[in-house]
Amino acid sequence: MQTVKMVVTGPFSAGKTEFIRSVSEIDVVSTERKISSSSEKSVKEATTVAMDFGRITVDDDLVLYLFGTPGQRRFDFMWEILSEGMLGFIVLVDSTRPETFREARSILETFRAYAPTPYVVAANKQDMKDAWEVEDMRHALRLDSKVKMVPCTATDRDAVKAILLELLYSILSEMENGEK
Amino acid sequence: MALRGNLRDFTITQLLNLINLARKTGTLVVEGPSETARVSFRDGKLAYAQVGQEDNSLASVLNKTKKLSSGYYKSIQQRGAHISDKELGLLLINAGYLSQEDILTSLQQYFSDIIQRLFTWVEGFFHFDNEMNPPEDRICVRLDLENLIIEGSRQMREWEQLQDEIPSLEMALKFTDRPGTNLRNINLSVEEWRVVSYINPRNSMRQIASATKMNDLEIRRIVYGLLQAGLVEVVRAEGAQPPVPTARVFQTEDKEEQKSLVNRLINRIRSL
Repeated sequence: MQTVKMVVTGPFSAGKTEFIRSVSEIDVVSTERKISSSSEKSVKEATTVAMDFGRITVDDDLVLYLFGTPGQRRFDFMWEILSEGMLGFIVLVDSTRPETFREARSILETFRAYAPTPYVVAANKQDMKDAWEVEDMRHALRLDSKVKMVPCTATDRDAVKAILLELLYSILSEMENGEK
Repeated sequence: MALRGNLRDFTITQLLNLINLARKTGTLVVEGPSETARVSFRDGKLAYAQVGQEDNSLASVLNKTKKLSSGYYKSIQQRGAHISDKELGLLLINAGYLSQEDILTSLQQYFSDIIQRLFTWVEGFFHFDNEMNPPEDRICVRLDLENLIIEGSRQMREWEQLQDEIPSLEMALKFTDRPGTNLRNINLSVEEWRVVSYINPRNSMRQIASATKMNDLEIRRIVYGLLQAGLVEVVRAEGAQPPVPTARVFQTEDKEEQKSLVNRLINRIRSL
């Protein structure tokens, strides 16, 4: 049985758990703990403090695992460990919280330094009325025009599929370019 | 309890705060990356500071703060080397050349500048020696630490912000392909031009910092400015060894099999 993995990362409360939950065939394994800091409490009631873990079985011989990184900065020591052997990664950004854009950029740069794998940036919560336009977010995040930035609603399975597919297309493209 | 440790765990700002609150008297010795600093305090106020083997005689300090001309400085160095700082200070005051306030202000500025430099030290052992006093022949000041602590806190926030923006100095830089941008029309400082002259995907930011003799904070500050202006972008350094993953991405090394695997993933995701 062959296993491959993708990492879903992004700032606290960007929607990583929901993203994985939308496509995982198993219940997303995550540990619920009481919020420890008051600033986190104001954002949401429950948060994961361990990794999110989802699975998609391709066939008898191949399984894709989706790992969600812990959102809080104090668990960032896990990022490098999670990035080992990954196929690629997705950076989820909450389109309604521009105060998290800087952190999203920092996370992106950190993961880029870990491994030269393809990645996609997903502008989540695009269904909310306060959501920034994707192109505005691209400028705010100072993303090169070549970086794939895709709109997303993490609770929408089709939207999540589209993002996973974009990442896989990037991976395939890189493989083909590597052969030339 | 001995006040000793590493700047990794306890910053200069935190140390100053502790010394201020505890009204400590003695000398903080900090072993930095390439030199040692000695900062003396009396009752929690800054009294004296020295870094490495720098000439911090009164004549040198007054010359650096432009209160003493280079000519007089050289003359004092050659003919007045046996005179202590206190004697020199009195001579200059009695000669009407400088006032006591001029001298104290210059010394305070010089010692504050040393503290500012220490704020950029993020690694190094330190200890506080209650018995160590400033050299006898030096003039001490009495400078409140609060403003220095505030400045240190501001710099620490800047450092954290810059680290967030540029987490790794192992990456390289390249000029962006922005049409209409001509670097010659942009006003850059001397330090920025020095960095720009090394920009090349083959040079990591760490290598540029080493070549331009900048520390981690200085190179990040300059690169951040160039990034904000849209003049450069961060790229993986050419020829750089990619991080060696301890876990392989694919169990097979056959490229065709790897591509087949990815295609199977694509088909599966489409079918969800």
